Amino acid sequence: MRTTDRGRGDPMTLDAPGDGGARYWLLGFNPAAKLIAALVLAVGLVPAVDAVTGGVVLAAVLPLVLFSGADRRTLLVLGVPFLFMGLSSGLVNLLYGEAGPLGALGAAVRLLAIALPGILAAVSSDPTETADSLVQRLRIPERPAMGVLAALRLIPLLAGQWRTITLARRARGLEAGHNPVAMTALFFGRLFALLVRSIRTGTLLATAMDARAFGTGPRSHARTSRWRPADTLLVAACPVLLAAAYAVSAGLGTLTLLFG
Amino acid sequence: MAATDRAARASGGPGARVELEGWGWKHSGRDEYALRGVDLSVEPGERVLLLGASGAGKSTLLHSLAGLTGPDSAISGEQEGVLLVDGEPATRRRGRVGLVSQDPETQLVMARAGDDVAFGPENLGVERDEVWRRVDAALGEVAFPYGRDHSTGALSGGEKQRLVIAGTLAMRPRLLLLDEPTANLDPAGAELIRGVLARLLAATEATLVLVEHRVAEVVDLVDRVVVVEPGGGVIADGAPRAVFAEHGRALAGQGVWVPGGEPDPGLAPAPGGPVLIEAVDCLVRTPPDLGMRAAPARTVLSGVRAAVAAGTATALTGPNGAGKSTLLTLLAGLARPRAGAVLPRGPLAEADARPLARWPARRLARHIGTVFQHAEDQFVTATVRDELRFAPLRAGMGRAETDAWVDELLERLRLARLADAHPFTLSGGEKRRLSVATALSSGPAHAPDALVLDEPTFGQDTRTWAELVELLGDLRAQGRAIVMATHDALLLRHLADTRLRVADGRVTPVERPDGVERPDGGTR
Ligand SMILES: Nc1ncnc2c1ncn2[C@@H]1O[C@H](COP(=O)(O)OP(=O)(O)OP(=O)(O)O)[C@@H](O)[C@H]1O
Ligand SMILES: [Mg+2]
Repeated sequence: MRTTDRGRGDPMTLDAPGDGGARYWLLGFNPAAKLIAALVLAVGLVPAVDAVTGGVVLAAVLPLVLFSGADRRTLLVLGVPFLFMGLSSGLVNLLYGEAGPLGALGAAVRLLAIALPGILAAVSSDPTETADSLVQRLRIPERPAMGVLAALRLIPLLAGQWRTITLARRARGLEAGHNPVAMTALFFGRLFALLVRSIRTGTLLATAMDARAFGTGPRSHARTSRWRPADTLLVAACPVLLAAAYAVSAGLGTLTLLFG
Repeated sequence: MAATDRAARASGGPGARVELEGWGWKHSGRDEYALRGVDLSVEPGERVLLLGASGAGKSTLLHSLAGLTGPDSAISGEQEGVLLVDGEPATRRRGRVGLVSQDPETQLVMARAGDDVAFGPENLGVERDEVWRRVDAALGEVAFPYGRDHSTGALSGGEKQRLVIAGTLAMRPRLLLLDEPTANLDPAGAELIRGVLARLLAATEATLVLVEHRVAEVVDLVDRVVVVEPGGGVIADGAPRAVFAEHGRALAGQGVWVPGGEPDPGLAPAPGGPVLIEAVDCLVRTPPDLGMRAAPARTVLSGVRAAVAAGTATALTGPNGAGKSTLLTLLAGLARPRAGAVLPRGPLAEADARPLARWPARRLARHIGTVFQHAEDQFVTATVRDELRFAPLRAGMGRAETDAWVDELLERLRLARLADAHPFTLSGGEKRRLSVATALSSGPAHAPDALVLDEPTFGQDTRTWAELVELLGDLRAQGRAIVMATHDALLLRHLADTRLRVADGRVTPVERPDGVERPDGGTR
């Protein structure tokens, strides 16, 4: 049973997904459903290398960004590398590919269409709910599922650790100034320090989990991961969307298959 | 069914019996045993206070009792002798032993408070409804001020500690192990935790082993005191009063905080001097948070005016989470305030007149030394010795001179036998000493003009406490400025010349330096 005293006015309260209007619509789905949906779309798009098939899927999925609950800053942080990834893949194909500009566009659109559902699934899922649903719905063993949870929880911690490392290295006099060689060296030094810290955090977390009897036997589950009809619909909609995309592309005569 | 069986066995009942015979433990990577030849038996329901110098192996013993050490366990090393909990090796009793470790930061597992408390019972296979009953009961017992859905990332140190204790209680352990549960807390928070413990101990039959350096505050909670020796075994054991009467002197020599035997370092008076650093109307907001429903940025400090003078020790006090560490990073020139500035003044302005936040790191490190709250954050090398040689070598000090001073520091702060150890493997108190030592490592002649320290005396025994305070006193006598955030009342009494109180986003000077921090007149 989830608690009811949710205190909406308290900014430090982590709301359970699914309450709070259209902006958070995607949060209401079971994380397993979102993961399966993303996987189906990704696998379904692998054979088609033209821009139209991927484009239809991309066009259908893109509006969902507005309902993912992600705020502007998160969108920016995730969106920039996302677009960069698409652009660079297009550019590489344009320069070195054999399919010309259209083929390059296809490659870029396809990459984005494959990646976007996965990103949306990740952004709109609460780490705890994800772990619950991996264990209870997808029957993934506890240890790897808790590993996923720990990793997801580590990501926001990393931002804080990066800040601390930056301060600490400044305090110790480690800063590059304007020399690009020193700058690169120190940047990688910092990156390495972050790696060391995150491994350290992981070790400490594992110890803390062991101290609380993790792995001593079968676990019970304090939270139920529910599968609603809407989740089934979400998963079912994916093959339909794929079929529509292939049909449109075939109708326009643009469909190009990977091994065609 | 096995699961319900485990749950049933885990639900209360009389306390566990602990037996150690010729027990010893050597951490992998170390040449010496942390503890050796420990003979100890604790009867069910006994309440034991475990004492010993910093690095004596108290935390190691607690980890072993919790079943966390061993070949397939979290902490690896070599064991000798026998350690039994209820007649079984501790690794097999994991889950019926509750451990609250030294640092609350690294013990919260889940993102929401309620889920975190539920984690232990889940692992024991407790049924769902019972899990939530226990969660609510445990949160109530520790007087946790928020609901189940509160983020575990958004808690002050004291609140985190309470949550960790709740998570342990919900497992209904028969052996409760607490490692310095109040060390990092403000006086009010520490008092609250002690109240929680007192109530708890009255209500359960669980056996208790408690580690706490500052004996005076917890001696009423226990009925037996056990003292261990670094690399050795038990050197004193018995009722608190008897132990302190009989071995008081010897224990004080070992660094134990024997009641009435607090160290009294003779410090040279503060010479005073010109203002070196001044904060002018500083405003600080929390850094942006990423992710779903990220917490909105919040103002941590506003309208901050503070001055730090040479030859003076300035203390920052105030509750956990008030922004003392934030203010320290400003005064140390590490972070830039949202508005306002931290400016060098007097002799410090001669080096560079720009705001400290704009100084190049090398210059900053030469003039201002910083000690972080979490010691691990500031280590940049892989051995204790390298950590200490780092600053002087970079500052251009000669090799021979560096080594001589580093050796002296290692000796004075009792780190010499750890010179080649990795900083992360040190005990809590040893890490703290090393981090303070790095800030002092440029040597008396080249010491920075200002030292900024976050909780410098955390987790120290009396000997290392006195050494630290004397080192700081010497620097002050030479005209260096000392700025420190601390909850340690003894440190405030001996070293603080001026005090600033940080609370509710404001910084205000404390007019009457004595008696305002802690009305009940305790020693912390
Ligand atoms: N993971 C580890 N690897 C190697 N050595 C360790 C490790 N943890 C602790 N040690 C060493 O074992 C000894 C005992 O450490 P322990 O943490 O048990 O001391 P402690 O009595 O709790 O000290 P403190 O009061 O400072 O917390 C110390 O010399 C420490 O450096
Ligand atoms: Mg310890």
